Amino acid sequence: MKWVEVIVSFILTLSFLSFPSCGFQSDELLVDDEEFGLEGAPQHRSPEPIPTRSPPVTSPTRKRHSDLDSDSKIQFSLDHAFGDSDFSPAGTFSARLKTWSHGGQNLLESDDFYRIRLPSNVLSPPGRDFIISSVKARCLPRESLDEHFVIHMEGVNVLAVNYGSPGSCPYPRNLKLPAKWSFSSHTVLKNSEQAPRAPVFTEEILGGENAEGEVVQPAERSFWAKYWMYLIPLGLIVMNAITQAMNMPEEQATGQVPAQGQPSAGAVQRGPSSAVRRR
Amino acid sequence: MAIRSFLILFILFFFSSLNPILSLYEDQVGLVDWHQQYLGKVKQAVFHTHKTGRKRVVVSTEENVVASLDLGQGEIFWRHVLGSNDVIDGIDIALGKYVITLSSGGSILRAWNLPDGQMVWESSLRGPKHSKSLFLVRTNLKIEKDNIVIIFSNGRLNAVSCMDGEVLWEKDFEGESLKVQQVIQPPGSNLIYVVGFASSSLFEMYQINALNGELLKHESAAFSGGFLGEVSPVFSETVVALDSTGLILLTISFQNGKISFHQMPISNLVKDSFGPAKIIPSSVTGIFAIKMNAVTIVIRVKDESKLEVVEKTNHETSISDALSISEGQQAFALVQHASHEIHLRVKLAHNWDDNLLKESVKMDQHRGLVHKVYINNYIRTDKSYGFRALIVMEDHSLLLLQQGEIVWSREDGLASIIDVTTSELPVERDGVSVAKVEHNLFEWLKGHMLKLKGTLMLASPQDIAAIQSMRLKNSEKSKMTRDHNGFRKLLIVLTRAGKLFALHTGDGHIVWSHLLQSLQKSKVCQHPIGLNLYKWQVPHHHAMDENPSVLVIGKCGPSSDAPGALSFVDTYTGKELSSLSLVHSVAQVIPLPYTDSTEQCLHLLIDADKHAHLYPKTPEAISIFEREFSNIYWYSVEDDNGIIKGHALRGKCTGEVADEVCFDTRELWSIVFPSESEKIIATVTRKLNEVVHTQAKVIADQEVMYKYISRNLLFVATVALKGSVEIGSVTPEESWLVAYLIDTVTGRILHQVTHHGSQGPVHAVFSENWVVYHYFNLKAHRYEMSVIEIYDQSRADNKDVWKLVLGKHNLTSPISLYSRPDVITKSQSYFFTHSVKAIAVTSTTKGITSKQLLIGTIGDQVLALDKRFLDPRRTVNPTQAEKEEGIIPLTDSLPIIPQSYVTHALRVEGLRGIITVPAKLESTTLVFAHGVDLFFTQLAPSRTYDSLTDDFNYALLLITIVALLAAIFVTWTLSERKELQENWR
Repeated sequence: MKWVEVIVSFILTLSFLSFPSCGFQSDELLVDDEEFGLEGAPQHRSPEPIPTRSPPVTSPTRKRHSDLDSDSKIQFSLDHAFGDSDFSPAGTFSARLKTWSHGGQNLLESDDFYRIRLPSNVLSPPGRDFIISSVKARCLPRESLDEHFVIHMEGVNVLAVNYGSPGSCPYPRNLKLPAKWSFSSHTVLKNSEQAPRAPVFTEEILGGENAEGEVVQPAERSFWAKYWMYLIPLGLIVMNAITQAMNMPEEQATGQVPAQGQPSAGAVQRGPSSAVRRR
Repeated sequence: MAIRSFLILFILFFFSSLNPILSLYEDQVGLVDWHQQYLGKVKQAVFHTHKTGRKRVVVSTEENVVASLDLGQGEIFWRHVLGSNDVIDGIDIALGKYVITLSSGGSILRAWNLPDGQMVWESSLRGPKHSKSLFLVRTNLKIEKDNIVIIFSNGRLNAVSCMDGEVLWEKDFEGESLKVQQVIQPPGSNLIYVVGFASSSLFEMYQINALNGELLKHESAAFSGGFLGEVSPVFSETVVALDSTGLILLTISFQNGKISFHQMPISNLVKDSFGPAKIIPSSVTGIFAIKMNAVTIVIRVKDESKLEVVEKTNHETSISDALSISEGQQAFALVQHASHEIHLRVKLAHNWDDNLLKESVKMDQHRGLVHKVYINNYIRTDKSYGFRALIVMEDHSLLLLQQGEIVWSREDGLASIIDVTTSELPVERDGVSVAKVEHNLFEWLKGHMLKLKGTLMLASPQDIAAIQSMRLKNSEKSKMTRDHNGFRKLLIVLTRAGKLFALHTGDGHIVWSHLLQSLQKSKVCQHPIGLNLYKWQVPHHHAMDENPSVLVIGKCGPSSDAPGALSFVDTYTGKELSSLSLVHSVAQVIPLPYTDSTEQCLHLLIDADKHAHLYPKTPEAISIFEREFSNIYWYSVEDDNGIIKGHALRGKCTGEVADEVCFDTRELWSIVFPSESEKIIATVTRKLNEVVHTQAKVIADQEVMYKYISRNLLFVATVALKGSVEIGSVTPEESWLVAYLIDTVTGRILHQVTHHGSQGPVHAVFSENWVVYHYFNLKAHRYEMSVIEIYDQSRADNKDVWKLVLGKHNLTSPISLYSRPDVITKSQSYFFTHSVKAIAVTSTTKGITSKQLLIGTIGDQVLALDKRFLDPRRTVNPTQAEKEEGIIPLTDSLPIIPQSYVTHALRVEGLRGIITVPAKLESTTLVFAHGVDLFFTQLAPSRTYDSLTDDFNYALLLITIVALLAAIFVTWTLSERKELQENWR
């Protein structure tokens, strides 16, 4: 995984004003989470975005959010809708309304869609259009309402947001009411990753066309591995010849076995022929 | 001894059954593949029959083909396919030996040698402004023994030498609003008239010396009524035009440089005139035609201003250009359509009342109306004039009529295929005569003896020829029943003309063709467009007696809210079962994976207002649909906006369109690409009917990787706005390409990768868990191909055997896309030499056979490239284990092996699409490539491991078995005898 992610956890009730002082560094692990427990925090894939890994593109972007939020009060407003209801403001990107006050339970019972939306441009909301994302409502409740944002950014533009539960949401979605009607959010910011460059082998450019030839060529094997199929019959024939040569003097000496019917492959054939004889 | 001979036989048999080939041998061409050449709808035709020798007709078509056809059989002598951006404006024959073509909006003039089609010269013409191109070849205009061609294009009049394409003189017409309508050259004079309109109410006439381009006279006159559309020249110094209302005919004469107008309201000529008229341009002296609604009126001009209606008809009428048959005599042809036949009349221009020729030809209804007619004359055996006519029909076919008969016809509609689907043939029923088989037994044995001779290299050249022709004319392959291997199918193709063809995969012959009623021009639907073809009914199991049928979807007009039209066509008989004109538009068609009790597939049509309509409109379909209501998701791509949206259903339609099968939809997710930096240029999904054999992939060190297989993956490629132009016009820093993998149910971006310094066009193919795409790398100045493979990590820990034994694995748990996906991707890029026109991938019934990419190259050939070359796990030095797995050492470019061209020596001119269809035999896939030409073949990416080849020698096998048996008996008796002898001793 080359792409770098910055994981941010936002606490609902905290007003954004409480952390402009933190600047960018505060994004790593937000505020002290003793009070709210930050459910799901242990599941984070990397709760500490190692600063060395974070690309230069990411940091200015993130910084801008915080700076802007504090200075000129520009925030992403986050709207949500229950099923088919109209969008109503759910808070800013950083601060969510505390509860799913109205309609939450109905939504869980009907397992309808819980939809959120973001402006597509951070600087001049709503940009060209709103970015919408949705999830089946029953995917959210755990202890509290767990949500997980993956925000894909391109400069100041929000490309897409993937909204859903932080873990799995297995299919028969059973009705389960959360203990706390509050959200615990996890946010991942993603940027496009660089494509690996096509390998350039100057020495192989000429040979590139022969790649097929290289492929077809099997690896060098031992002499035995290559020619066993020829060697075994050869060995048999040699053995034949030897036994025959050994038999010949024997026959001459004893004169028991007639020489004329002796098959050439004596050693091998003797078994069956004796069997025939027995029959 | 017997054992030895048996051994030899066995070895022989063994070698004959082994077929160690990678590519095709010369004698295998045409066994399973066929190739058909077409031209497209003819735009213009010029005959060349003056000289002795082969009579031919040169045509230019809407597919930008210029071709020379044999007038006797309609075969192609030669053909050139100009590029899709090189539209032909006009053709003619000059000097009796060159074909001159004007193309690319009047900027390229080429001469081709008439007998063999070699290009003789090419010259490019430029001009001050864009304008209509007019083209005039006159053999009697000579400058120093050199014939000239007069061309008006891009606001400039050019005289070009026929010999070498040199521009002899040129004259600009730079008047701001001047729109040149006609260039007229009176026969026998050295003058050229250029007439046109300026500022909508001014008629302009320029008289020019054809020898040096000198402007002799310039006159203009205003007409308060304004002008509409085209002008039609009736005499060398008179033209006819319509005023801006389209109700008054204007005869404009400019004799001796004096412009005079004569007005004649159409209502004076025709009693019951309805609405504005349109001039049908013709070049016949003294005669022109106008069209009002469906009525065609032929008008003769007498003297200066006298107009006389000579014919008024409700039938579709086409008028040919004038053909001068002798000094001062012009003939022209009129073709009229009447239900089952067409009437062809040839008349002299100055004598309307008599017909030189009157013929009626029976015409197949499925060719539609006559669109164009071209005539040519010949001298009959009794020294009188005979005429032949070349007609272009509504279905784009081309026919030659002579002596009241169709001499030949060409189905040139097949050059513009819009969509392709396949259909199974009927099952072979009982009652196939046994006698037929017995009759063939001798032939069968004879054939195999011949083959045996061939195998044992005993065959004479005649025998070899006989073997070859036997293989090619195998009647098995064009049978009209289903075969065991699934090689025989029907290819159902929809052409731009709105005609449906069924082609047999065995030899490519047309089984039936049908001009669809719903895609014909009618009062309600002026510009019908065919869109797509879907399988509507695929009978198997309990609906076996029904014939399969296809659904054809079209719409009226190019706008997005034009109402749609549906047709249902039986694929065995080609009959249109029913057709529907819809009240709503068709923006998207979603074939649902559900069928009703008669095996009709459910289809969801999304209209422009984002309502979903279910077809078929039966209560049963609705009940099936309602069961799956909450599981239906789809996406829409707004290319020009750069927005991708996901949708789901909400409930029954509310409001005025209340309908049982109409549903409201809602938007679930959206992805908005920044308009200033990204533009969508390609979107690709997996084929709906693709089969994946296994999810697990065992890699070298006995590890297992699980492919992320989802039907809901979408590949999107975007480029920087600046980079969406032609290659070479931006620097690498200004252009980048981003590839996305998007889940279309939740809108999640699963993978996103940027290629800096890269540019479109992007061609991509998606299959199983990988996507391969082709683009241009500006930094390396080469085309590149990249592969992305996506693997599911959530199942990765199911490696433990004990877990599997004890059932503690999650392999059988249902997958929900609402779970957070845990995927990893692997990707790699390689250089690729060719630019690409299309990419496809082979598909087989069970998905076991390894895959090949089929790449339509710029040379209009299809190249098969093993998927193993695009494996992101390739490394420079693969380990022994990886080599055994089949990983190829990494190279920077993909190899192009000449033997792996699927099209071998042929070219599929104007290649547009490649379609792969699985055969029933797992190893084999059927490939159909279409463009101006059609090509079909069978392909076995891992060779035919599951069947014997067609030319497998059964006789040899039989003989071997017989010989074996004989050997057993002989050796047995021998040994018996020996035993007896031994016992007697």
